[in-house]
Amino acid sequence: MIQTPESEKEMSTAAQPSSLASVANAKPARTQPTQATGTGLEARGIHAWFGKNHVLADVSLEFAAGSVTALIGPSGCGKSTFIRTLNRMHEFIPGAAMAGEVLLDGKDVYAPGIDVTKIRLQVGMVFQKPNPFPSMTIGENVLSGLKLAQLKVADKNELLESCLVRAGLWNEVKDRLGAHGGSLSGGQQQRLCIARALAVSPEVLLMDEPCSALDPGSTLRIEETIRELSDSMTIIIVTHNMQQAARVSDYTAFFLSDGGPGEMIEVARTSEIFSQPKDQRTENYVTGRFG
Amino acid sequence: MTTTAIPSKPWEKSNKDRVRDFSFIIFAIAFSYAFVGVTEMKGKLAYAFMFFVAYAVLVSGFGFLTRGAPAAKDAFVKTLVAVGSVLTLIPIASIVFTVVRNGLPGLKLNLFTQDMSLAAPTDPLTNGGLLHAITGTLTLVALALAMSVPIGILTALYLTEVKGKFSGPIRFLVQAMSGVPSIVAGLFILSAVLYPITKNYSALMGAMALTILMIPTVARASEEVLLLIPDDLREAGTALGGTQWRTVAMIVVPAARSGLLTAVILGIARIAGETAPLLLVSGGGDKVNPNPFSGSVGSLPFYVWKSFNAGTDESLARAWSGLLVLMILILIFFIAARALSTRKVSK
Repeated sequence: MIQTPESEKEMSTAAQPSSLASVANAKPARTQPTQATGTGLEARGIHAWFGKNHVLADVSLEFAAGSVTALIGPSGCGKSTFIRTLNRMHEFIPGAAMAGEVLLDGKDVYAPGIDVTKIRLQVGMVFQKPNPFPSMTIGENVLSGLKLAQLKVADKNELLESCLVRAGLWNEVKDRLGAHGGSLSGGQQQRLCIARALAVSPEVLLMDEPCSALDPGSTLRIEETIRELSDSMTIIIVTHNMQQAARVSDYTAFFLSDGGPGEMIEVARTSEIFSQPKDQRTENYVTGRFG
Repeated sequence: MTTTAIPSKPWEKSNKDRVRDFSFIIFAIAFSYAFVGVTEMKGKLAYAFMFFVAYAVLVSGFGFLTRGAPAAKDAFVKTLVAVGSVLTLIPIASIVFTVVRNGLPGLKLNLFTQDMSLAAPTDPLTNGGLLHAITGTLTLVALALAMSVPIGILTALYLTEVKGKFSGPIRFLVQAMSGVPSIVAGLFILSAVLYPITKNYSALMGAMALTILMIPTVARASEEVLLLIPDDLREAGTALGGTQWRTVAMIVVPAARSGLLTAVILGIARIAGETAPLLLVSGGGDKVNPNPFSGSVGSLPFYVWKSFNAGTDESLARAWSGLLVLMILILIFFIAARALSTRKVSK
């Protein structure tokens, strides 16, 4: 079943002020989530500091279950820092501090007594640079999360195949699962990292510029993967590529820092952000008239 | 129509350049002979010194005439660097040459099958051997390994992974420890363990002293290797829901495996030739001692020291052979280290 939201129907007939908006509208309608995947993720009043440096101020965002949200904005505006607060990777940087609440299925992930490794199992992450584990084979890489978190599954081979299929890598590696992860190309390595993140069945997947080191072909494959995955999980993707945000996301949030800490300027349906942004700064950014 | 291109290397020296460089050397040699002959200077050192001076002046003078002052400086510094490397090589080559020349005559089969328990220092080289010393050294190294590798690597993991409050002081102490004179390690074991507790020489006592020397080497080399593992991998492991211990054990250490192996072998090379502490606590017996926990045990450095002290022609020849065997043993360790560290991780 394919549903086209009303707003997009209207958009296609409206006059388009920028070429980017037409990219947004060229996007075929995404299939809506077929099943509820929890109540989603909510960030309330997130601030972040590195030492005395206040890098992120008062960001509140809701991520509906099964939606894809793109975070856009210039470098250094706190997008990556923000998503790292969502799965508690922020605290790994020496001198890091934060304020605010991150609610996963209604429970604060920073509450005392929370098992932080469980949080990271529920909120998976794909990094900017492909980082397969060098001492492991392709197959071992995919299943490494199970070993790391000491999880048990009934059928490892089935899980291995399904994760690689969902990450769009199965056909390329099915005959050489025993080869080393480092023997793959950059784009394949990144899809391997996605497969690895899927193996522990997260509810939310954070992607920190997953395509920034990849060529257009690999980027396209990963975007397809994102759209397939969005049926079964909540995805939050940081990207510098606005066409990519337009192609893959349901919602887009625009971050900006004008010298001070980064702030979230505007969040709306992706098509609205690219065609009728409410804030002048958002419009300047998405139309390339920035700075 | 295509023109056939001939591969050439225009940046390399032409034959003319080679002749010119060679003539500089000839001229410098001739000058050094002439100069030493005319003046009061005497000896090989004078020839070598004058040769280097003449050569440096020639090449820098040529550089100055053709390309100016910067080229002259460049040529002069190049000559200095060459002198430095030659000066470094001379003692090494001399040591290896002397040990091989003096050690080869004593290198007979019985050296590896007999010990010295029934041989007197004056016995011919066909009688007695250094089996006890070889087995002793291997025992000492194995025991020291078993103690120092876990401690050394755990220390390195504390410094790089845990990064606890005491990292700074511990790193400082480990660095300071690597400068501890080996005789101090021997005296420490002698006064703290051997006299008050065991009251007996043994391989274990020797190995404990060697462990004190080996830990800083292993810990520092391991720390360097672990620092090279990118933080990306640690983050990826943690983001997959691994605890710190499981991330380190499953991802960081396997990724650093070949480097850690090199650290261990560097540690072995550090202690295999150590003599001073063994003089104090190992006893240095002449018989193969199968019990590492009791009784005096021989070792290659000890054997060399003892044989030189005996002073007879035969024992001197034995000492040189012992040195040769020890050097070969350490060489094997180093080759193994190089091979293991450069080997690609493969399956």
